[in-house]
Amino acid sequence: MYVAVKGGEKAIANAHALLAKEGRGNPAVPRVEADAIASQLPVLTSRVMNEGSLYDRELAGRAIIQCQGDVVEAITLVRAYRTTLPRFGYSEPIDTSALPPQRRISATFKDVPGGQQLGATFDYTHRLLTEPTEADISIENGGADTAHVDQPRITDILGSAALLEPDHEEPWSDPEPADITREPAEYPMSRAARLQGLARGDEGFLLALGYSTQRGFGNTHPFAGEIRVGEVMVEFDAPELGFAVPLGRIEVTECQMVNQFMGSHDKPAQFTRGYGLVFGRAERKAMSMSLVDRALRADEFDEQSDAPAQDEEFVLSHADCVQAAGFVEHLKLPHYVDFQAELHLVRKLQQEFGEQHADEQEVDQ
Amino acid sequence: MNSAKIEYNIGYIDEQTKRMIRRVMLKAVAIPGFQVPFASREVPLPRGWGTGGVQLTASLIGKSDVLKVIDQGSDDTTNAVSIRKFFHRVSSVETTTDTTQATLIQTRHRIPETPLQEGQIMVYQVPLPEPLRFLEPRETETRQLHALNEYGLMYVKLYEDIAKYGHIAKTYDYPVIVNGRYLMAPSPTPSFDNPKLHQSPALHLYGAGREKRIYAIPPYTDVESLGFEDYPFEPQAFEEPCAICGSTGVYLDQIITDDKGGALYVCSDSDYCANKFAQLSKEGEGVSE
Repeated sequence: MYVAVKGGEKAIANAHALLAKEGRGNPAVPRVEADAIASQLPVLTSRVMNEGSLYDRELAGRAIIQCQGDVVEAITLVRAYRTTLPRFGYSEPIDTSALPPQRRISATFKDVPGGQQLGATFDYTHRLLTEPTEADISIENGGADTAHVDQPRITDILGSAALLEPDHEEPWSDPEPADITREPAEYPMSRAARLQGLARGDEGFLLALGYSTQRGFGNTHPFAGEIRVGEVMVEFDAPELGFAVPLGRIEVTECQMVNQFMGSHDKPAQFTRGYGLVFGRAERKAMSMSLVDRALRADEFDEQSDAPAQDEEFVLSHADCVQAAGFVEHLKLPHYVDFQAELHLVRKLQQEFGEQHADEQEVDQ
Repeated sequence: MNSAKIEYNIGYIDEQTKRMIRRVMLKAVAIPGFQVPFASREVPLPRGWGTGGVQLTASLIGKSDVLKVIDQGSDDTTNAVSIRKFFHRVSSVETTTDTTQATLIQTRHRIPETPLQEGQIMVYQVPLPEPLRFLEPRETETRQLHALNEYGLMYVKLYEDIAKYGHIAKTYDYPVIVNGRYLMAPSPTPSFDNPKLHQSPALHLYGAGREKRIYAIPPYTDVESLGFEDYPFEPQAFEEPCAICGSTGVYLDQIITDDKGGALYVCSDSDYCANKFAQLSKEGEGVSE
């Protein structure tokens, strides 16, 4: 007599023990520590902080180790922790024009006030596998001291000449931003909510969507107006104090795409923009985000809007890697009850098909 | 690096979130079958693995509750075990496999065979709460269709099934009308279970975590599975009895026994089956004495 499969509890415990063993790898090799991840894999750490929506390098490092390098799993861990934290308010808007940039480039002008600054970038490296040496990290000072040079944002320079759309309409009431982690999504979204969705969206998905706009699926004629990376101060205006107090510094990457706009019946031709802002060093993500942000604004400019990247509900409801991965992977869960129901139906359909065929053959004879 | 120790609230979810979810549940109960949006939180399960159900259970569970978790009808399937262990870990509440003892039953894909009672709460893990989703992919559209009570799309789909196959070809997540008003997806339970919802004495709560929706069927509510006068709703029916306990009129799983097409059919509800089997053995002993 067959007895239905039992022992889920024991199987789970054993599977987890095996998982831990796999994660430990060769015991002769020292364990990787969270601070090693946070300091030596900063780009990976940034991705986990971004999509996990939590600026905490140490926790991101821990999550990456616990997940054996599975980024989506690490992001899930960070989110599951983040969601239990109380929210006590909003910070003051960060001022990215004031950040002393570690990197600042513009593709729109050869020279810009404050100068271009290459910073830490993989651009122009030869992608050849090499052995890292300590000699690689000695920096020769190029002579330029940018620490005290004003580096206004390119978009502010263009904006002052009315060539670029302003930051916002005047007068500006500065509405309280949405919080997509505390309110359910409703479409159409505010731009603030949409940008939050993009900031925590899957890097690969946004990259592909941004890329699609460059290939004709919702072209936005982008130029990399400015990309900057650096540390900014986060300030919090505590009501009982009456003034903003600094909470600490965070590293961010900001990308402002400058896009062509030919004008409509009630707006003159002007450059428009797409915006990307992410934690840490995550330039590809910031660029993709700003491309998609601009594509999603098609309706604002009466542009034709039929490409996937221009479809707000499509983009925002599929950008989250935690949701996407979970739902795809849930197909691993048993589905035998529904499968049985489908088997029933297919058998019935086959039987009916057979009977019908037999009838037809009889008629033919 | 000194790692700070992380501590979680009882039931894992924080009290503010629980309150928010309870409010949404109350609204859902007040408008039977209507999908109420809620700010779904992350929980320590992947999306699609019951995060909606877990949030409902976490917001409902109290010290006096007895929790049962089933998946595919069984208490012993891996995800049911995992969720039951999770709640034991974060709330140390009493758990059971006995349907009659449970005050809260979290489920995926089945409603127990043992009739539910007043005071019991069923919590469903819902993957896609929108019954019209595969007919209209846009949320902005489907919400309007619900608002306008415009369910023609669904009737056309069922009609097309009949035109093509001679009967309705929907076997699970079979759409129902709740309280004569809202079209509702009963989650992917087989249509076999649909009749159990009609005028059920228990409260049925549906949680879709990834899709951020909660909806409900309050006790003693009319739940009508869609059909036509000439082609009424027909739930699945099994011809043979359970190979273990001999029950008829229950949902059966097919167990493949060899590679030559051999198969056995046994109860999908493992608790029900074990009880029936125990009863049978007892009766059998009685006879032999």
